[in-house]
Amino acid sequence: MNAMPATIYIILIPLLPLLGFLIFGLFGKKYFKTSSGLVSIILISLSFLLALYTAYTYFFILGRTDGVYQAIKPIQLTWLSFTQALSIDMGILLDPISVMMLLVVTGVSLMVHIFSLSYMKGEERFPIYYAFLGLFTFSMLGLVLSSNIFQIYMFWELVGVSSFLLIGYYYDRPSAVAAAKKAFIVTRFADLGFLIGILVLSYHAQTLDFQTLIQRLATPGTVQFSSAVGSGFLGISALTWGLSLVFMGGAGKSAMMPLHIWLPDAMEGPTPVSALIHAATMVVAGVFLVARLFPVYSISAPIVLRMIAFIGVFTSLFAAIIACTQTDIKRVLAYSTMSQIGFMMFALGVSGYSGEDGLGYAASQFHLFTHALFKALLFLGAGVVIHYVHSNEMKDMGGLRKQLPVTHITFLIACLAISGIPPFAGFFSKEEILMAAHEHEPLVYWLAILTSGLTAFYMFRLYFGIFWSKPFRNEHAHGHEGTFPLLAPLVILSIGAVGAGFIPFGHFVSADGRILEMPLHVGFSVLPVSVGVAGILIAFWLYQTKNDRPDRIASAWKGLYRSAYHKFYFDELYMAVTKGILFPLVGKPAAWFDRNIVDGAVNASASLTQGVSDRIKGMQSGRVQPYAVYFLIGVLLLSFFLLYIWIR
Amino acid sequence: MEPGLYHLLFISTALFFIGVFGFLTRRNLITMLMSIELILNSVCLNFVAFNKYVWPGELDGVFFTVFIIAIAAAEAAVAIAIIINLYRSHRSIDVEVAGELKG
Amino acid sequence: MNLLILITLPLLTAFAVLLSPKPQHARVFSLAGATLQLLIAVLLFLQYRASVSNGPWAFESMYDWYPSWHIGLHLGVDGISVAMILLTAFVVVAGVLVSWNVEKMPKEFHFLLILLSLGAYGFFISLDLFTLFFFLELAVIPKYLLIGVWGSGKKEYSANKLALMLMAGSALVLIGILALYYAQPAGAGSFDLTLIGKNNIPESTQKVIFPLLFVGFGIFTALFPFHTWVPDGHSSAPTAGSMFLAGISMKLGGYGCLRVATYLLPLGATYYSNTIIVLAAIAILYGAFATMMQNDLKYINAYSSVSHCGFVLLGIGMLTKTAITGAVFQMVSHGLMTALFFAVIGMVYERTHTRLVAQMGGLMKVLPFITTIMFIAGLCSLGLPGLSGFVAEMTVFMGSWEKVETIYRVITIAAGMSIVVTAVYILRAVGQTAMGPLAHEEYKGYRDASWNEKLAAIILVLGILAIGLAPFWLNDLVTPSTELIMKKILSSK
Repeated sequence: MNAMPATIYIILIPLLPLLGFLIFGLFGKKYFKTSSGLVSIILISLSFLLALYTAYTYFFILGRTDGVYQAIKPIQLTWLSFTQALSIDMGILLDPISVMMLLVVTGVSLMVHIFSLSYMKGEERFPIYYAFLGLFTFSMLGLVLSSNIFQIYMFWELVGVSSFLLIGYYYDRPSAVAAAKKAFIVTRFADLGFLIGILVLSYHAQTLDFQTLIQRLATPGTVQFSSAVGSGFLGISALTWGLSLVFMGGAGKSAMMPLHIWLPDAMEGPTPVSALIHAATMVVAGVFLVARLFPVYSISAPIVLRMIAFIGVFTSLFAAIIACTQTDIKRVLAYSTMSQIGFMMFALGVSGYSGEDGLGYAASQFHLFTHALFKALLFLGAGVVIHYVHSNEMKDMGGLRKQLPVTHITFLIACLAISGIPPFAGFFSKEEILMAAHEHEPLVYWLAILTSGLTAFYMFRLYFGIFWSKPFRNEHAHGHEGTFPLLAPLVILSIGAVGAGFIPFGHFVSADGRILEMPLHVGFSVLPVSVGVAGILIAFWLYQTKNDRPDRIASAWKGLYRSAYHKFYFDELYMAVTKGILFPLVGKPAAWFDRNIVDGAVNASASLTQGVSDRIKGMQSGRVQPYAVYFLIGVLLLSFFLLYIWIR
Repeated sequence: MEPGLYHLLFISTALFFIGVFGFLTRRNLITMLMSIELILNSVCLNFVAFNKYVWPGELDGVFFTVFIIAIAAAEAAVAIAIIINLYRSHRSIDVEVAGELKG
Repeated sequence: MNLLILITLPLLTAFAVLLSPKPQHARVFSLAGATLQLLIAVLLFLQYRASVSNGPWAFESMYDWYPSWHIGLHLGVDGISVAMILLTAFVVVAGVLVSWNVEKMPKEFHFLLILLSLGAYGFFISLDLFTLFFFLELAVIPKYLLIGVWGSGKKEYSANKLALMLMAGSALVLIGILALYYAQPAGAGSFDLTLIGKNNIPESTQKVIFPLLFVGFGIFTALFPFHTWVPDGHSSAPTAGSMFLAGISMKLGGYGCLRVATYLLPLGATYYSNTIIVLAAIAILYGAFATMMQNDLKYINAYSSVSHCGFVLLGIGMLTKTAITGAVFQMVSHGLMTALFFAVIGMVYERTHTRLVAQMGGLMKVLPFITTIMFIAGLCSLGLPGLSGFVAEMTVFMGSWEKVETIYRVITIAAGMSIVVTAVYILRAVGQTAMGPLAHEEYKGYRDASWNEKLAAIILVLGILAIGLAPFWLNDLVTPSTELIMKKILSSK
């Protein structure tokens, strides 16, 4: 391991956005009223350049040792040590996935920063917006670079809170506040699982450091491994428990069923924020977490991995069905994000560890990478549309291809990419995922094929609904499409969405670190691509022009349509549990019990004392002679007691 | 018959209970004060009697008696001062009249 | 450093405040005294770090008080007390700043504040149980007056309740201390902590004395089910009173539980460990659920204090080094955090004249500074990394997890659930008051924090950040001392 001393600069990548947060958070309102956007862009561009440089040095200068990219830890500081073995260290861990994530996060963040310059222009709290973006970027970078499982948990919480702040950016809208709270609390609930998982794993592994932990728990035969497998609870080994609980944290952040309910509501935030946090970076943190601990999952707890595969594919299908019925364009995109993250998850779930078996792992990371590009593109495109028509609803749109030509083309590219049409980026990554699923879990494969057909359908429903369908009529609309900062990110990202697929991804990221050739068989691709094309054609038939076919189909499948439109009543279920059970049956009784029973006991003892004194205060008559009588009786009793009971 | 310890103790007990009875039944403060003197005298008598019959060589009982007489004098002075003050404010020396300390 | 200065300075300040010619001078004296004390506390911390002490106690000094009963003013500190002293100094300065504009009898108000701080400082540096008890009482009386005279709402009721319950706690402590004195071998009886620590007290005796001391001190730190003074007392107290109550008084109890009950009676602590953690877990969860249902900001924070102080007791009850360290962290963190929260609630109340969450809304627009501070306090309360609450709670969790038996695991997980409930009530409170549309038009006329309010908030936020961002200094300060306590517990078995 030839770690360069110069790698210390990597710490600047997360610190530059943090600097932005501090400056704009403290002094933004006074000194950076308008310049905060530009300053932020400069800071984040520096981060991005450093990330590029890091990636270049990591992959091409340092290269492989023994056929694998070695993990490097340029920095490691003890932050809080619990015991000799267990300590939270603040460190940086560079390995292929973290370097890849560095690029994704800084890249998309840069695009979003540029986009926001125009999108958020004139907002009263403009500097605060950039401060929060900086905080988020810092936390997300800290998350991907974490070298310690507790460190990742800390940044995990920080991205949660920055997401809260950004969803609630329009804080005077009650719906935004509710969505922000919901997002925070649901993910917080999942994080409880994560925390307990950390406690379980660290207790058995006797370390919090990622590398040591993986090395100890993924090697059958070590003391720690046997301790973790040997002890258990309810007949399930501690290791399985720990890993499932850690996955629960990941599922919360990545909006897996049934912890997904926060993601659609999170669209209340500004659209660029949705692009950055709720499409490209934060929501894939769960995938990243599982990938980070992948050796442990794969070698020590394949059962958990299988569970992940099924949760992933069901979420994917479920979200795709809902996406077909939503009319708010951001919500459609939100469900499509859920669906795509489901793809990444089940890809991990069906993956093995070494060699060709590890295809799913590489494919999952590949899809994460390409998805970040085209989904950010979709959201930013949706942002331009929303900016133009001042509405999120599809019914207010239609025929926008003339007014928004650049957006139209880039949006189309993104739609083709997500539908898996060659030669766009999504085709390559999705193809690998399907191939991995085909080899390991046929059921997952068939569900995934169905989902990709649905994906193509709802994406083109969206596309036709926005840009075709009916001629555009809206008196509130702006005169022009947008300024340079609004459109440049779209163009840059669409280049990525076209070209990213040609990267030989398996050469950089693979489960065991060795070169993995990702094969493409034309024969295999026929089915997924034709399903995708079929989805597009159906969407074309239904939505390219305004007609009553969609309504007829909807009324024909009324039950399914309605329940999908209402998101399969998950929100109502959660409401019933919290508002119907938790508040009235736990909270209220606790408060009542405290006021009336516990405090009642205190007050009762006080009033008892008072009552007794009320009764006996008559003896305090102020008359000497009764006192003397009491005195005498007392003396007599005492002498009797002393003489006949005590002495004897 | 030579009077012995028991005779004296009998007298002192009688004296004591006469004093207690007087203290408890009389309403007049002066009479009550006199009853207290009776009680004190009964104690004095006990001291002297025990001194003479049980430890004839010692003088402790006699000393105590002298102390009690001195304190009784002081006490009477204080008590009479209080009684006079009470009479001034209440125009009466009946104990029932002074009920201000009632709880 | 001579520790006597830590009690003489507040004493002098108190007199200066009391004798100040004009009421306006009183607050200046009190602020000057508190600031000086803060500097001394920081100096103490630095000197303590630099000192290489060979025993458990640093800067020991001894003054006779009542030699025939072996009562003396025995002063000395270890890492835990230094941490507590720092906390007290921060909270006192902030509290004085917040009460800068008290209109009703300012002289007496500041006098009582300083007197309360005197009690706390004396308590934390006493190594003699008798003077420790003396200072504990000294810290109770001013609270009664602060609530009874300057309070709001049902102030007489709350003041009575608080004083009576705390006095009951003190009574138990006194009995415990006397029992401890007589439990030692005849002739070797002492009130001196350092000497009692050396005398072996038989287990059967420890089992009797431990509950007296633990419950007695526990009442101060909201031990379930003796916590009901907390909501009433806090909600009726004036702002600085609530800050002192939550920030300092409740810590007296935690410190006493640890330093007196657990340290001197390790066998008793081991015997009752399970009871303590069950009560602590109940307090944590039940406090959190009860908080969820409150509508008054002060009640919310008071009930959440019950929940958070549960972590202190949980850490102590677990009897592992990490858990006890976590308990100390939680005391410091909770002290700073609730003081901050109460300060902010006071600032909001002064402007809106209501503390009911449902009646407020959208304050962020008109009071950006105050609401930002409120957010920070809230996030600290729900354990956001980077703020002190996270460090404390995680340390307690890590320490609790060292215990292998299923019961401990279950209790730790149950306590862990509170972090979700905490998020619910904090976001509800903060979200409702700070966010959303502006509730009333007249809010637009509100002025944001004045200089003294800003300064108070910033001082406390700095403390929170200092622990949250760089917990290692606190860890280095506290851990050696908890290690000694642990050593005593382990060696007694």
